[in-house]
Amino acid sequence: MTYENEHLLPGQIGHFFVLLAFVASIISAISFFKASAVKSDIEKKKWLHLARSIFVIEFLSLLTVFAFVYFICSQHYFEYLYSYKHSSKELEPKYLLACIWEGQEGSFLLWSIWHCVLGSIVIFTAKKREAAVMTVVNVAQFFLILMLLGIYFSGTRIGSNPFMLTRNELAGPIFSQSNYLDLIKDGVGLNVLLRNYWMVIHPPVLFLGFASTIIPVGFAYSSLRSKDWGSWIKPVLPWVLFSGLVLGTGIMMGGKWAYESLSFGGYWAWDPVENASLVPWIILVAGLHCMAIYKSTGNALRAAYLFTILTYLFVLYSTFLTRTGILGDTSVHSFTEAGMAMNVLIGIYVLGITVPVLFMFFKNYSKIPSLEKEENISSREFWMFIGALILFLSAIFIISVTSLPVYNKIFGSNLADPQDREFTYNKVLVLVAIIIGLLTGAIQYFKYKKTGKKYILSKLGWPLGISIFLITLIALFYPIEYFKKGYGFLAAIYLALFATIFSVVANAFYIKTVLKGNLKASGAAIAHLGFTMMIAGMLISSGNKEVISDNSKTGVFIPFDKDPTGRSTENPMENLTLIKGIPTPLGKYTVTYLKDSASPKENNRTFYSLHFVNKDSATGKVLENFILSPDSYRMKDNNLSSNPDTRHYLSHDVFTYVSTISVPNKDADTASFKIHELSVGDSVFFDKGYIVLNGIQKNPNNERYQFQPTDTALAADITLYSKEGTSYKANPALKIQNHQIDFLNDTIITQNVYLQFAGIAQGNKFKIGIKESKKLTDFITLKAYVFPYINLVWAGLIIMAAGFLVSLLQRAKAAKWMAILSICFVILALTYLFLFANA
Amino acid sequence: MKTSSILILIGIAAAIGALLMYSVDFSTYDTIATAKEKQGKYVHMIAKLDKSKPIQYDAIKDPNYLSFYAVDSLGGSTQVIYRNTKPAELEQSERVVLKGKMEGNVFECDNILLKCPSKYKDDKKELEKTVTQY
Repeated sequence: MTYENEHLLPGQIGHFFVLLAFVASIISAISFFKASAVKSDIEKKKWLHLARSIFVIEFLSLLTVFAFVYFICSQHYFEYLYSYKHSSKELEPKYLLACIWEGQEGSFLLWSIWHCVLGSIVIFTAKKREAAVMTVVNVAQFFLILMLLGIYFSGTRIGSNPFMLTRNELAGPIFSQSNYLDLIKDGVGLNVLLRNYWMVIHPPVLFLGFASTIIPVGFAYSSLRSKDWGSWIKPVLPWVLFSGLVLGTGIMMGGKWAYESLSFGGYWAWDPVENASLVPWIILVAGLHCMAIYKSTGNALRAAYLFTILTYLFVLYSTFLTRTGILGDTSVHSFTEAGMAMNVLIGIYVLGITVPVLFMFFKNYSKIPSLEKEENISSREFWMFIGALILFLSAIFIISVTSLPVYNKIFGSNLADPQDREFTYNKVLVLVAIIIGLLTGAIQYFKYKKTGKKYILSKLGWPLGISIFLITLIALFYPIEYFKKGYGFLAAIYLALFATIFSVVANAFYIKTVLKGNLKASGAAIAHLGFTMMIAGMLISSGNKEVISDNSKTGVFIPFDKDPTGRSTENPMENLTLIKGIPTPLGKYTVTYLKDSASPKENNRTFYSLHFVNKDSATGKVLENFILSPDSYRMKDNNLSSNPDTRHYLSHDVFTYVSTISVPNKDADTASFKIHELSVGDSVFFDKGYIVLNGIQKNPNNERYQFQPTDTALAADITLYSKEGTSYKANPALKIQNHQIDFLNDTIITQNVYLQFAGIAQGNKFKIGIKESKKLTDFITLKAYVFPYINLVWAGLIIMAAGFLVSLLQRAKAAKWMAILSICFVILALTYLFLFANA
Repeated sequence: MKTSSILILIGIAAAIGALLMYSVDFSTYDTIATAKEKQGKYVHMIAKLDKSKPIQYDAIKDPNYLSFYAVDSLGGSTQVIYRNTKPAELEQSERVVLKGKMEGNVFECDNILLKCPSKYKDDKKELEKTVTQY
């Protein structure tokens, strides 16, 4: 059958370039290998020339593939499965890139393009190591592009390419029609959770970080092959610093994204996907410290090799965890089952690169030089090594707990996450924070080989004194109120806070007193300062994070439903219902849900305008007055996705998001009166408060009713107390005329409540009907938190990134103007992204 | 540093690691029947929403009270109470992982993980459903 309106050419061209890139990666790998293996200089040059040319072809091919993927997505060619799956007509153009790296194929493509970019830099800078490093890069490319191949090999499809046709991949009755394309109205599109500018920025940065960890492995390989042991450390340091900078920033971008636009209620949830990217970074940093030790003392070379290889192993392992769907139920953002063939491919990739290099490392282990002399306990290198080991240990702990689904798979067990996942990690890592804080603060003052006691004490006196003073101030005036895990954990938080503050102060002093403000040499001190400031910010903002929408605290709301188990619940009630137009207390604020407005650009997206007022309780003066507009997306299948809105202050953030919205009820008002039998003085609860029957008047003659003494009429005097604390008067009445009962109902419009005097019951009781109209009630439920001093976290990250960059530029011997320019650029860009873009 | 001292350090590190792992109080995946046997113990219960029974949730009454019934393929059935807002996708979910404790005949849940068609569009079967609607 011929199908109408299909555009098959772009796919054919795209697939051709995938195959070309694949073949090029093989040839390039072989020729780089040859170039590194041959002895003669002329031969070497020939091979190198060939390898470089082929590498350029590989690079260009991948860029072409990317262009074609972009093309089929932007043109909404739904005959391609990739476009159908990830793109849709309503998608704003800015998310087109995001929808490319939403999918498995697109993100592997991005990764391999980064390999090419970094490889090009290696070609220009690595000199005699170029051939060996590029061999490793191209072997990695071989595996990555293999996953994009999508060709059949004895019945099994190897990889999956982004140009597969929808009609070949999916089964459905429409594909038996030649005009099926006219029937497909729209693509599935980008998951609404991912429609955020961070989805455009965060994946490329993270993948650049991941991709860059291959380069140090290449350097390690080059030295293992040439048996030229320590000389790779010096040229590899800028690369390791680059990885640390980019990967660290990328990870925290994910945290910032989660914080500001996903309703996880925080920046770090110890989700397996987050952990999987953190662990390689920690090992990388451990390796970085071993390299620094080696450069200054000749120690720790073996550890530097091991950590470099393990960093890459864990990058691949984390890819394995997140891509194979093995995380399944444990992660909120895992990919799903990619198919057996894909899992095997990823598995082969993990083993294919790391096992040979690890094997070479262990084979040469005894030949790698190490100093056979005890280190002095007062030496810098001893404590740096301890620090690296602690980092490594915590990485192993994190990945061991995270790998739970893998154990289940292997051993067939049915273990699940512990009850409080975050605490499981926090209780261990708070101890790590104490040690790392103390080490990063003090060890800078230690000298390599040996340090005099007096020198250390004289230098550390001031920082110690200041940080003790600061922690005392915090304990007195801004105590951490995290009692729910007991006093032991609280004490650990205080110790960690002290240690990190000490480190911030000590590193600042170090830059001033020891380095005399020489910024060029202070990269490490700046990075340590930033890192510990970030940890201090995390301790404060998470320790004192406050749920202000907590119903049990605001006392707005008393649950009327009896708990069926008959016990009182201690669960926090973190959601607060806001009825349109009714001011409701929320923490120190009074919040009113003013209106909702549809987004002009995106379908099904609604912004809720919430007016926050904070009045001084004594004077009534308005202290704060602002409007927050969290929004929610209602998808085609009724799924709700919320984006928070946050009020930023220097000292804290007020963070809100919508957790439920009222479903517009198009039906008529179907509610009916619910009859209660009351005596005078009785009260009865209903959904929005309670009413009290104050009394019954016979034939009242007042402003409302002008009955005559001859009438047969009764009016009820009712007071309604709403849950907002307001009260209303109501007088429903009942009149008997010509053997007919006439109900004169009363309404309280603001509450959407109708009251009816429905008759007289036995035993001096009266029938009072209450009807609550649901038709008119617009409401949302809101979660609101206050995150204090969250800006310390972001500021710390920016400072740390700057520190990495200063070291990187110094190690790479960059020209001064270039160094200044790039530092300014990175600081400005990160400051904008983290502190201002969403403010 | 001597190789021996490195080995000792790594040995200590491994021991600490093992101890730390031991300290983690893992929970288990359970069916409704096995969860009922483990009264009061924190479990991950894998089940399905019972669509034949009513879901009780009224945000105006109490935004922090959701009650529904869960069933599983082994014939188990239980009431579930979740003191939080109703996940919007609950009705569409194909499978739920409920984290919490069985208290008598009621499952007190503190976290719900939903398996929803829309989140799992990489799943071929779900994707096929989207084209058969045309």
